Amino acid sequence: MGIRERLSGNEAAATAMKQINPDVVAAFPITPSTEIPQYFSTFVDNGQVDTEFVAVESEHSAMSACIGAEAAGTRAMTATSANGLSLMWEMVYIASSMRLPIVMSLVNRAVSGPLNIHNDHSDAMGVRDAGWIMLFSETNQEAYDNLLMAHRIAENEKVLLPLMVCQDGFITSHSIENIELLEDAKVKEFVGEYHPKHYLLNKKEPIAMGPMDLQAFLFEHKYQQAEAMCNAKQVILDVAKDFEKLTGRKYGLFEEYKLDDAEIAIVCMNSTAGTTKEVVDSLREKGIKAGLLKVRVFRPFPAEEISKALAHVKAVAVLDKADSLNGVGGALFTDVTSGMQVNGVTVPTSSYIYGIGGRDTTTKEIESVYKDLMEDSKKGKIENPYRYLGLRKE
Amino acid sequence: MTEINKETPACKMTIGGNIYEAGNAREFKTGDWRSVRPVYIPEKCIQCGLCFPVCPEDAIPVGKDQKRTDFNYDYCKGCGVCAKVCPFGAITMRVEGEE
Repeated sequence: MGIRERLSGNEAAATAMKQINPDVVAAFPITPSTEIPQYFSTFVDNGQVDTEFVAVESEHSAMSACIGAEAAGTRAMTATSANGLSLMWEMVYIASSMRLPIVMSLVNRAVSGPLNIHNDHSDAMGVRDAGWIMLFSETNQEAYDNLLMAHRIAENEKVLLPLMVCQDGFITSHSIENIELLEDAKVKEFVGEYHPKHYLLNKKEPIAMGPMDLQAFLFEHKYQQAEAMCNAKQVILDVAKDFEKLTGRKYGLFEEYKLDDAEIAIVCMNSTAGTTKEVVDSLREKGIKAGLLKVRVFRPFPAEEISKALAHVKAVAVLDKADSLNGVGGALFTDVTSGMQVNGVTVPTSSYIYGIGGRDTTTKEIESVYKDLMEDSKKGKIENPYRYLGLRKE
Repeated sequence: MTEINKETPACKMTIGGNIYEAGNAREFKTGDWRSVRPVYIPEKCIQCGLCFPVCPEDAIPVGKDQKRTDFNYDYCKGCGVCAKVCPFGAITMRVEGEE
């Protein structure tokens, strides 16, 4: 039995980092993730960790410092949000292409503009093709648990990719929830020590990292990244199995909530899954077979598994908390639907853009989606697949 | 480390292009980046020694006798700095592919 606590999502992330005790943390404050480096620097000052905390002058430097630290052979972590991640963008790609298993806590927020500091997923969606493993967290507990599993996944020799743990800005990052923490010693044992095979500060093996990589080589190196991303899926499941043995908490690539016998289903990520579960329960009481598929692992995208899990339903709504502005629908929607097509699953599916810029999404709105789905399932086809949920209209 | 070249399959390449040994920059021949090449005219050269220190690629070999010899075109990128510093017209620049 772990330690019963009550923590905000940011406190949960900072606590996970404290227990992991990485060699280096380099971060720059940005709402709503500011508290993570703030709490962490307190741990450093109190001597609760022996981490080298680098108070950098920008997020570009934060990721650069993490890259340098990780290449040197140490474990590096950072935290950011929205425009901070935008400023990191160049180095985000360098981190993954250099195959450095950096771990980031991404507290999701709208990327400006116009200026907005509240939650949506536009920051995460902007780096979805950057070669990072991306885990999403419904609750503070999941944000904590995902961080504890992060290094075991990222540092696995078959993977060696950076990893970001996402949670919803303010909604979970600033809300205090009950949480079950692991004892420090158990975290230390579970996460283990980091002993990279090759690293810059190994004086017995002088090496070069990140060299020029022109036409004859980059193609193959990109393929290696793709292969590592494919490998990550099984590693994520293996680590989750070990984590379950330790904590009793079970994690998969996604969570199926009353999906087994569902006729209509919503697919979404992060805290909205909690709201949706509430609605599923109330609809079930009325005899409506509603279900939920909550995506935990967004990269690598479990296209085949999701398609199979949704194959039996009559209509699906995919909720995206960011619009790809591609004239088609959200990023999660296009991933889910293309996955279905490739895997021979044909279910009427629509895209709902919702909650942008921190707009509250209530049970009432989620209910309206299920109501739409009941109509769609009767019709058996989708007439307007690109929808905005809760948009003010005349 | 086994040598990695244009024929090496993806599964045999190191991740991220990492190079697990030192002192191998000379294996990366950059001479084919050149669009103009310096031509050495020994008859005009008095071995003053002004050209080879300015070469950014160390592409002007100098023997133990302190005398320079012809260019190492494996690495010369054709920047033309050597031709610029030569006071004696012993280096002229020619467009690659032209006589």
